[in-house]
Amino acid sequence: MHIFEGFLPSPWWQLWFVFSIPIIFFGIYRLNKLVSEKRELLPLLAVAGAFIFVLSSLKMPSVTGSSSHPTGTGMAAILFGPAIAAVLSTIVLLYQAIFLAHGGLTTLGANVASMGIIGPVAAYIIYKVGMKANINFYVVVFLAATFADWITYVVTSLELALAFPAEVGGVAASLKAFMLVFATTQVPLAIMEGALTALIFKYVIQVKSDALLQLNVISESVLDKIKGASQ
Amino acid sequence: MKGEAIFAVIAILFVASFFYGMAANPDSEFGGADGQAEDVIAEITDGQYEEWTADSWVNSVKFEPPGGETESLLFALQAAIGAIVLGYFFGYYKGKQQSE
Repeated sequence: MHIFEGFLPSPWWQLWFVFSIPIIFFGIYRLNKLVSEKRELLPLLAVAGAFIFVLSSLKMPSVTGSSSHPTGTGMAAILFGPAIAAVLSTIVLLYQAIFLAHGGLTTLGANVASMGIIGPVAAYIIYKVGMKANINFYVVVFLAATFADWITYVVTSLELALAFPAEVGGVAASLKAFMLVFATTQVPLAIMEGALTALIFKYVIQVKSDALLQLNVISESVLDKIKGASQ
Repeated sequence: MKGEAIFAVIAILFVASFFYGMAANPDSEFGGADGQAEDVIAEITDGQYEEWTADSWVNSVKFEPPGGETESLLFALQAAIGAIVLGYFFGYYKGKQQSE
């Protein structure tokens, strides 16, 4: 999902910055509030950030004969909300842009928009709707993280298609071409990421379930049900 | 579901998609999808598009890995830092929980 340096022409790279920057600042505000009010949750925040760090460094081979990487943003989005997930993603994307020549500074706005904002927002919505519908917690986590990953790549395709409409067929034809590269490759990886995120939530519930209550991620009755089922 | 079962599913899925990918694309080197997007851009624009940042100052604030080896070192470092943090805090929480 990294759009390389210079590969978004004006006005697109500026527009994505305009979209992303306010949300990053809102995320920083949320982050400050969280850190000052619930200091004991700092380790969990570090864990969510580290999860993004690890997953986004793994370039995995996929069925299409190309490699791509998961995003790891589903966990942060579910635990802390999309705005904080955006801040954590920005840190990772900055690291990759500055030290790895991966992604870029001019395309940072677009990359944050896809990986840090729209993907996590999708995860957050799926999680909230799924929990309201009383679906099994782990299934909901799986779905939320899977779609956070996949939608990130769909958005990347869209960002590129908008900037590079095909001469014949316009944006729609370009979108199809970029989707073929990104969205297809990503399907198995997204499913793996969903399963891995469900697994990590299992451990969070085992060792630190009170944090989930504190963050209003889960209600007490649901938690009791999960714990009862695993014993 | 047991954690081990979930882990097994992930491992099987990984191996299956990798081997299918290798069988379906025997000549592929499994290059990054990010790079392939560049080819699509070249195709759409008839090779006319060139990154406009080639001479830009933004390149001077970045560290360009001299080659694939250094790049994979930095990627490994990224994964290692993340894994240390994950392991440290899960261990911390688990130890704390057991001592209670």
